Amino acid sequence: MNAATRKSWILNAIALAALSAAFLLPIQSGAVNAYIVGLLITALINIIMATSLNLVCGLLGYLALGHAAFMGVGAYAAALVSIHWNVPLSFPLALLVGGIAAAITGVVIGVPALRLRGDYLAIITLGFGEIVRIIMNNMPILGGARSLRGIPRITTVPVAYVAVIICVTLMFTLGRSRHGRAILSIREDEVAATSSGVPVTYYKILAFTLAAFFAGIAGGLYAHYMGVLNPNRFNFDRSIEYLVMVVLGGMGSITGAIIAAIVLTLLPELLRGLSNYRMLIYSLALILMMLFRPDGLLGTAEFSLVSIGRSFKRTRRSAQNEGRDHSES
Amino acid sequence: MNILLTQLINGLHVGSVYALIALGYTMVYGIVKLINFAHGDIIMVGAYAALMLLTSTALPFGIAAVLSVLFCVTLGALVERIAYKPLRNSPRISSLITTIGVSFFLQNSVQMIFSPTPRPFPIRLNVPTIVIGSLKISGLTFVTILVAVLLMIALELFVRRTRMGKAMRAVSEDMQAAQLMGININTTISMTFAIGAALAAVGAILYSTAYPSVSPTMGALPGLKAFIAAVLGGIGLMPGAMLGGFIMGVAESLTKGYISTQLSDAVVFGILIIVLLVKPSGILGKHVSEKV
Repeated sequence: MNAATRKSWILNAIALAALSAAFLLPIQSGAVNAYIVGLLITALINIIMATSLNLVCGLLGYLALGHAAFMGVGAYAAALVSIHWNVPLSFPLALLVGGIAAAITGVVIGVPALRLRGDYLAIITLGFGEIVRIIMNNMPILGGARSLRGIPRITTVPVAYVAVIICVTLMFTLGRSRHGRAILSIREDEVAATSSGVPVTYYKILAFTLAAFFAGIAGGLYAHYMGVLNPNRFNFDRSIEYLVMVVLGGMGSITGAIIAAIVLTLLPELLRGLSNYRMLIYSLALILMMLFRPDGLLGTAEFSLVSIGRSFKRTRRSAQNEGRDHSES
Repeated sequence: MNILLTQLINGLHVGSVYALIALGYTMVYGIVKLINFAHGDIIMVGAYAALMLLTSTALPFGIAAVLSVLFCVTLGALVERIAYKPLRNSPRISSLITTIGVSFFLQNSVQMIFSPTPRPFPIRLNVPTIVIGSLKISGLTFVTILVAVLLMIALELFVRRTRMGKAMRAVSEDMQAAQLMGININTTISMTFAIGAALAAVGAILYSTAYPSVSPTMGALPGLKAFIAAVLGGIGLMPGAMLGGFIMGVAESLTKGYISTQLSDAVVFGILIIVLLVKPSGILGKHVSEKV
């Protein structure tokens, strides 16, 4: 590990610790009401959803319109584990089972769907997503349209927070790894990647499956937060909601997706005082954002503490250089 | 036999509405390669416009229909100018998100003006039922299919015979080359959006006579199905949209009649997936090999 990497690790660990303290202490002390807690959990779940969709849309560069279906599969699988198995550590186990169930669905859908490209892939994921929802609606064991009830409501802010940290770290390191670069090369130019020896099909399915896996975990958290599940919660509109987060944050930027997930979860709530106008403002914000920043908030760039330090140094140095230039002339 | 025929005719009834809406998707996609998610909401606006004209004025049905079509045409062209034109050179996904934004905007503004409660759609059309042997076709079904087919023929003639139609075909084939030949791209694209919106408005009125309940979110389902119909036939191709629409309608109505109402959507999406896997470019689409 070279010095720069070590420096960035230390810096990030400190920032994370500070953030955790600032975030979790008020909640542990009970100073925050249930409404805010619910909002925070929703925001945390949305962060996992947005960053996992970013694996497909940002890293792989494919548009997917059925991401909510994976969340649904994960939610139901995790809920069934919690309801029917009474074993110690059942909550992490349930989340894991949810993730794996979603990942299996991801493989089943991904293998045929990823033969297609561009808009056709988007459309077929839409079709698969809706079919998964309709199947869930017609399975008696899941309660169908009458909802699945009696799921223990054990998702708390610390649990969701830890899950977010683990998931985002895994996705971030994946993006920087050899495998992540292989996936990126597919986004940049699929034909060139193939001819450079990247096993394109393998990496496409890998990215798709991992995205499904993390969406499944988010689904598990969601199930144990809501306590009640209805398949129609995981419809096309919800997939679109997550896609909007990814695009607004900047496709390919994990930090962008996180910021967008937080903003878009809180925005409708902050505008609640405007009652009827809030969704109108939300939609206008969406349109204006795209008109003025078509590449999203951060583009493909990542927000990072190290690069802020670096750009600060750079501006100082260039200011000094400018000063020298002036004195010379 | 009679039941089968009735189901088939019902299928053609809905299918012709899907086909009209699908034409809007396919024309816009053919020309700017954009999936216009706001198209479904143009349907809803068209239905509301017709509803208002029919309930608050004493206009005859035909004039009310024409006026609401004109309203949608203006809206479609306006939305294109404000929301899509500035993004023509940015990544396509950005324009896709703008169409989603426009869709939310239309839904919520209508919801604010008219409240979210569904309203009944007044059908002031008295068409006699047609009886062929023991088969009864409702007059409405007949009129719907007739209107849809006439509009499709008119559109086909427009695209084949007129200067504007020629320009549209040229732009969809190669935008840059068309521009070099002196075609006004902006007018052509606006025109495409406007025609799409007009067809959506007609589709809206026909749809509302079949399912007479108007609500701010009513556009989502026919919009999605029409979009699938466009993909099914081969997106970007006008005959494909018509064929896809009819296939969707018939498949839906046969599933409803013989299997189960709940599964009709699953069958529709299943057909979509099978077609995409077997022939990704759609039933009538041509396979285009990628240039390196």
